[in-house]
Amino acid sequence: MTAGRFVLHAAAWAVVVFLMVPTLVVVPMSFGPAEHLQFPPNGFTLRWYGDYFADPDWMSATWFSVRAGIIAAVGATVVGTMTALALVRGRVIGRRILDLLIVGPIVVPHIALAVALFLVFDRLRLNGTLVGFAIAHTVLAAPFAIFSVLAALYRFDADLEMAALSCGASRLRAFWHVTLPLILPGVLSGAMFAFIISFDEAVISFFISDIDGKSLPRKLFEDIDYNLTPVVAAVASLLSVVSIAVLVGGHVVGRITARRRAG
Amino acid sequence: MNAITSARHLSATATAALLTPFLALLAIAFLLPLGVLLYESLFVPAPTVQHYAKVFDDPVYVRVLWRTLRISAIVTVATLVLAYPLALVMTRSRGAVLALLVACVLLPLWTSVLVRTYAWTVILQRNGIVNQLLQELGWTSGPVRLLYTEGAVALAMAHVLLPFMVLPIWAALRNIPDDYARAAAMLGASPLRIFVEIVWPLSRPGVASGCLMVFLLSMGFFVTPALIGGPQQMMMATLVSQQVRELLNWPFAGALVGCLLVVTLGLVLAFNRTLGLDRFVGSR
Repeated sequence: MTAGRFVLHAAAWAVVVFLMVPTLVVVPMSFGPAEHLQFPPNGFTLRWYGDYFADPDWMSATWFSVRAGIIAAVGATVVGTMTALALVRGRVIGRRILDLLIVGPIVVPHIALAVALFLVFDRLRLNGTLVGFAIAHTVLAAPFAIFSVLAALYRFDADLEMAALSCGASRLRAFWHVTLPLILPGVLSGAMFAFIISFDEAVISFFISDIDGKSLPRKLFEDIDYNLTPVVAAVASLLSVVSIAVLVGGHVVGRITARRRAG
Repeated sequence: MNAITSARHLSATATAALLTPFLALLAIAFLLPLGVLLYESLFVPAPTVQHYAKVFDDPVYVRVLWRTLRISAIVTVATLVLAYPLALVMTRSRGAVLALLVACVLLPLWTSVLVRTYAWTVILQRNGIVNQLLQELGWTSGPVRLLYTEGAVALAMAHVLLPFMVLPIWAALRNIPDDYARAAAMLGASPLRIFVEIVWPLSRPGVASGCLMVFLLSMGFFVTPALIGGPQQMMMATLVSQQVRELLNWPFAGALVGCLLVVTLGLVLAFNRTLGLDRFVGSR
């Protein structure tokens, strides 16, 4: 019994090490002074981070991704909230087909959607444009926003909305003053997820970028393939920190809003 | 009663209005592009199935197809073997330990696939950590080629996709009431027997859900095969990319995507019938 337990726990923690360590190995290497990546690093420098912030190509790709991420987050959250409301409160005809459509962008391989969008965007001259990225990333992130708001709506006490309606509030007013404030944690965490999905998205970005308009993951992709300098390690480390910070931030914001509303 | 239920529900018009933006978005940025690509594969230059036939006839492409299926199967089995003990320990943990384990599963999931794949290119390169270690231990005299091998692709993909296996299995294990195992133990069942007869059968929906997700993601995976497999270990997604970017062969790329979509749709529908789509959605 105890021997079996020990083996089980040892196996589980070994898997945790396998999950975490490879990604973490890059971080100390990004501080190494050598021109090529070394482990363990034989010194400490912030030079590669400086190079990243001083490089106009890296900076323009970064700002491009930030803008695309914000547009996609807002778009996916608005569309996702409307869809979730329709699913919970509405009369939906063809619910099973709608369910399939919602999981569509998640289960369809990204490579399929990437080349399909590349083909259509080429004809519409949307490749390498912010509009193109915003459209592509909104469709990718919308299902996650829908699930996030759906979860919040299921936890929400519908009688509160009913009370507002029976006191004479219009649907819109009841939603704005009663429902939305109470499901806000779900809406906000949906927006955070949507931003990260867009900001980290590499496959569609790889295809619909061009020389003038490229996202950070596309630039990173090119540099991993052609020029393995420690700058790439610095960018990779920064990207992980941003993802984790946004997620933890989203979690905390959700918690605080939930507590404030409850208290 | 009737008045209340009707007040709870929106009218059909309001429902349709709320759904319009999402459906319009799907039509423009999802259904239309995929439709155009599939049209290319079936009707260019004339109505034909020759592009699909080529996927299964040409030995070069058949090899890619088999490699994709093989790597996807290996990755699915490997992640299952790795994920199950972790999910089991997560179910039995509480408090800070549980929070730490959950964080270790979720953080990689939300770190860019590109970053995680890049880590493997660093670890496996000619003068990377693994090669350094092998030489210091005296197991090899010079650097061994690790990148651009099938094993490296499978290893990195298993690492990247592991959270997709852990989460549904954990969800299924969490739903098994503790009483079952306790009752069986009181009646004298050994831990092994409890696992074989109670825990494993009840966790199977989660296992199925995780396997489906990992297999589907593997079949169409692009980033890891592109950076770690290279042209030597071409998989379906990297072949599609080569056809589009280097050869501009849209009809053939469309046929490859068509095959991927048929596999995806088939698996999702089969899964939907046996287990219900909501479970699949819930696992995310």
